[in-house]
Amino acid sequence: MRAASRSDNVNFEDIRAGDRRALSRFLTLVENSRDVVAEELAELSRRADDHQIIGVTGPPGSGKSTLIAALTKLYREVGRTVAIVAVDPSSPFTGGALLGDRIRLKALAGDKGVFIRSMASRGSLGGLAWRTQDVVRVLAAAGFNIVIVETVGAGQTEVDIAGLSPTTVVVQAPGAGDDVQANKAGLLEIADILVVNKSDLPGAERAKNALKAMLDLGHPTKAKAQDQPIWVPPIVLTSAIEERGINDLAECIASQFSYMQKHGLLVAFQEAQLRAEFMHRLRETLQRRLFDTFTAEEFAGIIRRMVQERIEPQRAVDQLLQNVEFRRRK
Amino acid sequence: MKQFPIRILIAKPGLDGHDRGAKVIARGLRDAGMEVIYTGLRQSPQMIAEAALQEDVNIVGLSILSGSHMTLVPAIRAEMDAMDLASVPLVLGGILPDEDQRALLDGGVSAVFGPGAGLGEIVSTIEQLCARPADQTT
Ligand SMILES: Nc1nc2c(ncn2[C@@H]2O[C@H](COP(=O)(O)OP(=O)(O)O)[C@@H](O)[C@H]2O)c(=O)[nH]1
Ligand SMILES: [Mg+2]
Repeated sequence: MRAASRSDNVNFEDIRAGDRRALSRFLTLVENSRDVVAEELAELSRRADDHQIIGVTGPPGSGKSTLIAALTKLYREVGRTVAIVAVDPSSPFTGGALLGDRIRLKALAGDKGVFIRSMASRGSLGGLAWRTQDVVRVLAAAGFNIVIVETVGAGQTEVDIAGLSPTTVVVQAPGAGDDVQANKAGLLEIADILVVNKSDLPGAERAKNALKAMLDLGHPTKAKAQDQPIWVPPIVLTSAIEERGINDLAECIASQFSYMQKHGLLVAFQEAQLRAEFMHRLRETLQRRLFDTFTAEEFAGIIRRMVQERIEPQRAVDQLLQNVEFRRRK
Repeated sequence: MKQFPIRILIAKPGLDGHDRGAKVIARGLRDAGMEVIYTGLRQSPQMIAEAALQEDVNIVGLSILSGSHMTLVPAIRAEMDAMDLASVPLVLGGILPDEDQRALLDGGVSAVFGPGAGLGEIVSTIEQLCARPADQTT
């Protein structure tokens, strides 16, 4: 058996020179065996040129993929290359996933300036955000000017994933009644730009007004410092299938990006992200290392005693850990 | 050693406008634990090969009911081979005369499933075709 595939499978120059096969295979390694390629990943990320990451989220069926196709077409017209990462949920029961976003991205086929990758969430909720981030980094390092990440926004965990991009577009469709879905999922709070898509259908204006009323109540902005001018999320009406409002959307994305740049928020965002990723990995590594030091019998034993002798759970944890050496702060 | 889900591309080449069968298979494979990338209708051989490349799938499944399998399938195989995807197996579902089946199986198709094939048979064939060498997983 060979050692797990490493640099022999990764040729940076090939990836940077636009070898799509090399890129695609490296993405699989990053997804499946991240620890094995951690160094290569770091090396690639250092080489990433200027790029822009755009997160697109919202309820299923609101038209995210169709909108991304229209937006990408527009970016291509001005010569920018685009990578798209489309994340869909895995079944918690079977681990399988049906990834169907390519259906709506069909018009982009055959263009070498576009690369589309579908990803399954694979259950690990905390991990998914970082796995997506790794994939985005590789695509940026491969030289794509714009990386668009599509995620389904239906609950709080998706909010974490969407929070990975400095620009988050939240897509709504009209007709979901008067209550706007975005607010329920906490999506409104992470939106930098709000889109009411399917504006060719009735009710779009009303949905826009409902969103506007919510924003007027106060939007928690990404500008943390007091002296920063506040970014108020614009609300854009689009029809992705009729390709209307796409220019407006692109303009909003561009001005939000330059707002972030101008006020140093892009750098601040990236630093905060690194800090969060560090904490996540620290927690994961600690947990794994600690768990590795105990045998299955030790775990079973303490849990049995906890139940039988009615030991309070925190006491049981303390007992289990009493022989573990931690370095003490002097 | 951890196994990762099989990634399979399900594609519908040619001009026939029905993908009910392909969707049923796609859902069945998902329920069998695979990550199924579904491309939708009317895919050209080049589109299919390009999608297989971008998604780095372990295998490609085609559904063809239009009767044009003898032109489409070799074209898809050729596009894939040209993209350095010769090691990615191709399987086919549809209604084929025996002699066509034999010809395709000789020409780079790994399995053909007729209308009577059960999901269990399809799943286990795909799993066998995707049994990867140990160094592909960690
Ligand atoms: N009427 C109308 N339908 C749309 C529009 N955008 C997308 N759709 C349709 O809505 C459905 C879901 O679109 P899709 O892009 O897959 O949504 P997603 O699940 O959010 O990615 C498809 O049938 C699209 O054709 C739009 O602007 N107007
Ligand atoms: Mg979609």
